[in-house]
Amino acid sequence: MNHWYYFVDLFAKVRITFVDWLQSVDLPSSLIIFLDSIIGITLILLFVFPLVMIFTWMERRFIARFQLRYGPNRCGPFGLLTPVADGIKMLMKEFIMPAKGDKLVHWIAPVVFFTFALMVFAVFPIGKGKMGAFSDLNIGILYVIAIGSLSFVGLFMAGWASNNKYSLIGAMRGVAQLISYEVPMVLAIVGVVLIVGSLQMSEIVGKQTVPFILLQPLGFLIYFIGGITELNRSPMDQVEADSELTAGYFTEYSGMKFVMFFIGEYVNAIAVAIIVTTLFLGGWKGPFLPVWFWFVLKVVAVFMFLLWMRATLIRLRIDQIMAFSWKFLLPMALINVFITAGEVLIWDTWMSSWESFPWPFIFVNFAIAAGLIIVWARVFFKLGGGRVEVGGYRARNSQGYGADPQAPVS
Amino acid sequence: MELKTQPFLLNIGPQHPSTHGVFRMRATLDGEVIVDLEPMFGYLHRGIEKLAEGRTYTQNIPFTDRFDYTRSMLNNLAYVSAVEKLAGIKVPERAEYLRVIMSEMMRIAGHLLAVGFMTNDLGAMMTPLLYMWREREKIVDLFEMVCGQRLTYNYVRIGGVSHDIPPEFLPALKKFLKEMPGYIDEYDQLLATNEILLARTKGVGILPADLAINSSVSGPMLRASGVKWDIRKADPYSVYDRFDFEIPTGTVGDVYDRYRVRIAEIGQSVRILEQAIEQLPEGDVCAKVPNLLRPPKGEAYSRIESGTGELGFYLVSDGSIAPYRFRVRSPELLNLTVLRDISRGWKIGDLIVIFGSIDIALGEVDR
Repeated sequence: MNHWYYFVDLFAKVRITFVDWLQSVDLPSSLIIFLDSIIGITLILLFVFPLVMIFTWMERRFIARFQLRYGPNRCGPFGLLTPVADGIKMLMKEFIMPAKGDKLVHWIAPVVFFTFALMVFAVFPIGKGKMGAFSDLNIGILYVIAIGSLSFVGLFMAGWASNNKYSLIGAMRGVAQLISYEVPMVLAIVGVVLIVGSLQMSEIVGKQTVPFILLQPLGFLIYFIGGITELNRSPMDQVEADSELTAGYFTEYSGMKFVMFFIGEYVNAIAVAIIVTTLFLGGWKGPFLPVWFWFVLKVVAVFMFLLWMRATLIRLRIDQIMAFSWKFLLPMALINVFITAGEVLIWDTWMSSWESFPWPFIFVNFAIAAGLIIVWARVFFKLGGGRVEVGGYRARNSQGYGADPQAPVS
Repeated sequence: MELKTQPFLLNIGPQHPSTHGVFRMRATLDGEVIVDLEPMFGYLHRGIEKLAEGRTYTQNIPFTDRFDYTRSMLNNLAYVSAVEKLAGIKVPERAEYLRVIMSEMMRIAGHLLAVGFMTNDLGAMMTPLLYMWREREKIVDLFEMVCGQRLTYNYVRIGGVSHDIPPEFLPALKKFLKEMPGYIDEYDQLLATNEILLARTKGVGILPADLAINSSVSGPMLRASGVKWDIRKADPYSVYDRFDFEIPTGTVGDVYDRYRVRIAEIGQSVRILEQAIEQLPEGDVCAKVPNLLRPPKGEAYSRIESGTGELGFYLVSDGSIAPYRFRVRSPELLNLTVLRDISRGWKIGDLIVIFGSIDIALGEVDR
């Protein structure tokens, strides 16, 4: 465990050495806590920012390959320095402030967005044991849920302060999406929490003798779809739907303020990838290779899947996204919680003599997930397939139109 | 409890990523729903109809390239056939066939762009567009082989075409035609049964056949509404009566039907091209036409089936070297006039898709 390449543990060691040194010079404890936080934040940034740069580069290169293009290849080998060039360009851009916007809120919004996006990283178990996380809270996943949705406050502030209708519509869509998708997402997490019996992130990873995706296939799907929506990524990128709202809530942003939104979105993407990895894919666990390698590998794989979807799928309409959440994901999540609770009960009552992993539940859960999805999808399409009626307008317009087209006139 | 709401005005365009140029829509919205819509034209008005009255008949051909710049070849053909009708010029047969070949290639390229940009408006992150761009690029390469240009071709001339095709053109075209059905299957795999695409396009923006006819809509938009009207069949120009092809029609007239009709027409164009290559005769490619053409006094209207509909040119001659009146019947402008009727009651996202499915280039709408 003491190899140099366990560098995530190295982060924790640096921090502990620093705190020991502070205590030895006999500083007041409040100052020590303050300085400790600062070095902790610095270490998190040192982990997150390189990952953001790699992810932006990956996004361009891979989507370019999906689209029969080369992608950026001028800056450095394979265009690896493109994020740096981008950053320099963005820093030198002019700040543009809408004339009738709310100046104060317009300035605060990106800070709020960025801060809350970054705060989530405090509890992620990046490596083994308590060393890996900045602060291994015993309510870790609850903290993630609470802070993760707070960054939408910054998003809505940006939409409101820009005094631009596109921004406002984008921000309103964002809030509506958040409210709709937070419920099934949390219910999907509840399934995992029921099995583990703890909210602590390191405990959740520790209990996974096999990845929980096998025990919770439905929960994984629901959380992943909800995560895509929270990230505003295709096919759920209604918030910044570029063909409809130009750029959504950050239409009026430029320069460094735009960069904070831009990086904040990638930080959010990393956060969701890490949560999926931690809850469902076994976190840092894996054979032979160092833990940080497994962790980064799984995060990158989840992000790759996001890219694949973004390059392939078409954007859904806002009412379809809402309907999908309330009519499809929410009932599924409730049923999933119910079934998981029953399984945990069965396991504790009758099968507690089994020392090993509850492998029969893997088959049962996959069968239940497949059956439920097939059956509920039929019901869902009977309910309108996400094509929600928009009141009288559509009824008036589609009455007699198109249902029975005239015979060909030649 | 009843919340008090009020509709608000949203200005979409003239600078907006998906208005296909500088089109402007003043939309009155109730939340996300379009209550009313006012299309505004004229941001790209260049006065070409007036400019054309000061130039000779031959000098006017490059102007027509600038109408619908994704279908320059078809615009050239429409104008030139009006001049030929006015002056009574007989076109050699080889030239007619070359015109048909160029027209159908142009139609494929235009439809590929139309479908590609429609998926872009649906939010597909450029992927289907770039796959379709790959085939358009091959067509543009062929055009470059013929006339040296990649966007504004100026290839069709009064009395024929500007020059004969090079010997390597026909093998390259045959190779392309052999590959094209496979590519169409590839697009279908990506799009045709995609559930999100079906949910976004089926039943959206329905244009009923009677409204289409009353609004003088033409082209794939009209055919998607179930009306079997194609000028290549209804009023054959050039040598179109010698080819065997079908007119694909839709049933409902929604965005999905427009997309399907365009894809089906690409297949029919491939069929026409295969026949045209087989029948291509030897001979002259241009009739003897005086440099300064002075058509006799009179008027002529000639129309062709452009990629977007009936593209017509109405010319009046006073016997001089320039047309007295140069009038364009622009299909894209007339197709746009139904936008308000078919997009009311839908959401902003649908409005963009419906607008994209009409397939316009502002160069032709505003002229």
